[in-house]
Amino acid sequence: MSPQSWSKEAALGVLATTRVEPGPVLISLQALQQHFGYVPQEAIALVADACNVSRADVHGVLTFYHDLLTSPQPRNTVRLCAAEACQAVGSRELAKALEESGMVEIEKTYCFGNCALGPSAVVKGRLLGRATVESVLAAIEVGVMT
Amino acid sequence: MSVTTIYVPKDSAARSVGADEVAKSIAREAASRKIEIVIVRNGSRGALWLEPLVEISTGQERIAYGPISVSDVVSLFDADFLHGGAHRLGLGKSDEIPWLARQDRLTFARVGIIDPLSSLDFEKNGGLAGLRQALLMQPDEIVTEVTDSGVRGRGGAGFPAGIKWRAVLQTPADQKYICCNADEGDSGTFADRMLIEGDPFTLIEGMTIAAIAVGATKGVVYLRSEYPDAIETLQTAIDIAHDNQWIGSNILGTSHEFELRIRVGAGSYICGEETAMLESIEGKRGVVRSKPPLPAIHGLFEQPTVINNVLTLASIPTILANGAAAYNSRGVGRSVGTQVFQLAGNIARGGIIETAFGITLETLVNDFGAGTLSGRPVRAVQIGGPLGAYFSTTSFSVSMDYESLLAAGGMLGHGGIVVFDDSVDLAVQAKFAMEFCAFESCGKCTPCRIGSTRGAETIQKIIDGDDPVANKKLLLDLCEVMTDGSLCALGGLTPLPVKSAMIHFAEDFGSRTEAVQ
Repeated sequence: MSPQSWSKEAALGVLATTRVEPGPVLISLQALQQHFGYVPQEAIALVADACNVSRADVHGVLTFYHDLLTSPQPRNTVRLCAAEACQAVGSRELAKALEESGMVEIEKTYCFGNCALGPSAVVKGRLLGRATVESVLAAIEVGVMT
Repeated sequence: MSVTTIYVPKDSAARSVGADEVAKSIAREAASRKIEIVIVRNGSRGALWLEPLVEISTGQERIAYGPISVSDVVSLFDADFLHGGAHRLGLGKSDEIPWLARQDRLTFARVGIIDPLSSLDFEKNGGLAGLRQALLMQPDEIVTEVTDSGVRGRGGAGFPAGIKWRAVLQTPADQKYICCNADEGDSGTFADRMLIEGDPFTLIEGMTIAAIAVGATKGVVYLRSEYPDAIETLQTAIDIAHDNQWIGSNILGTSHEFELRIRVGAGSYICGEETAMLESIEGKRGVVRSKPPLPAIHGLFEQPTVINNVLTLASIPTILANGAAAYNSRGVGRSVGTQVFQLAGNIARGGIIETAFGITLETLVNDFGAGTLSGRPVRAVQIGGPLGAYFSTTSFSVSMDYESLLAAGGMLGHGGIVVFDDSVDLAVQAKFAMEFCAFESCGKCTPCRIGSTRGAETIQKIIDGDDPVANKKLLLDLCEVMTDGSLCALGGLTPLPVKSAMIHFAEDFGSRTEAVQ
């Protein structure tokens, strides 16, 4: 599902299903991000109101978790594993080469659980094992076309 | 007319190297040859170096081929692989592949064998035997069985599960919870993911037994967002289990009740720490809680809560089904049962190795692993994730169990082993350990929050040759403060990879002139 552009009504619709959950703040933010691709500033007050917590609390949760984004992610973002098992098979060199290609935005991530088949990358939601510059760039191309 | 069943794993590791494309290609080729086949997307057998591993079933046994790429598919058909024909990628009978045959699979008994989402397959292969047994027992008897089995927390702490369960059982409350920690954030570990993707009903069964044992009616699996396939598989499995009344309001026709749901993480390593996980499930920042009170007494929403790792809970069904004695006859000393080791990093034959505790590191890395992927000599292994110690090959005779690793200055953790070849620079790895701690610190304890950043800076000075003697002394002092002054394992154990690197690989930290102890 591609992200929708921000609308207060849509956000309230999302929050109507999450606000009733026990401990609703994090899942509300996750659901908003799922819908809009990121969590816009305007959403903070809505979440605070829906979950009956302070805006400071919502801000605290939003800025704590690495997954939660406060601005849209570039379309050519590649999530690269930067943890030890992938380091052992050249993830640092892969990251450097991809950076130098100028074709992608790299988001460092710590572990996709594919540690015996590294280096691991996620492109357009797809996990790549034994990733190379070529396989990552090819996956970006395919992803852009579909 | 017999229809051949072909197994192509749907495990995300297998998918990452093309299993989906291979499955599609096999289906297409069979259709064009007008051959009727059934493709089952099983979990992975764990020999990840052979993925995508394609198996055909002859009814009695399975014949394996791997690693298969799309370009091999036509030649497989030409070689009549549907009847086990010879092919250059043929591996013979799956059960006789030495790498698999040498293992002792209890927790992973069904992973890779069954269709992960077939309730029929699950029951036919021994599923629900543990739960049925538990339903015949009193709660206290179940807890006693688990205690007697000696099973210890597989998340890394190694705390006896039965003792935890008894504390929850003995704490009166209207609402108790079972929380499964599936926030498998350690690099080099993937067993939780593979179990959930390959045999999710076993985890559900284990959690249900735990619920019946302690009187809990609600359960949560805290599953990390980096595992989208596992989330999808587990959610489907929960729905199927519900439809079959394995969970829900009348478990297997009894009056027992257990509702299970998934909470997805949000990319925070610290939420694998049990109290931070509880905060996160409650929707808050994943800030570590002080203990006591223990989660067994004041856990999720301040109610008594069992928190166990995926592998701990997934071990419970076999313990109930076959008895404590069958379980604790395996292993060494107080490390009883089997451990699911995960061989990762720069390794020729990586994957899941489930075997009794007490196997040596050398057997795992050299015999199972066949050395490095690069073909260069092994120089270092990190055991137990980013907070585990680095060892050199001089420690290869160490027995892989909780106590022996502790005595050797390391820890078993979640059983992940990351192998590095001789191109690794341990000072850089030590610096990374500090940087990772800085990135993932919840910020509660000053030594962790600030010490980690200062630690990374200090290691950089050592690397740059900036007064290395004084800076090494400073670094050790900082490590001591972090160890003693942090509430949880993140700040408390980050010094472990740092100091072990300094001890075993002193040459990477400048001169060897002064002892590092």
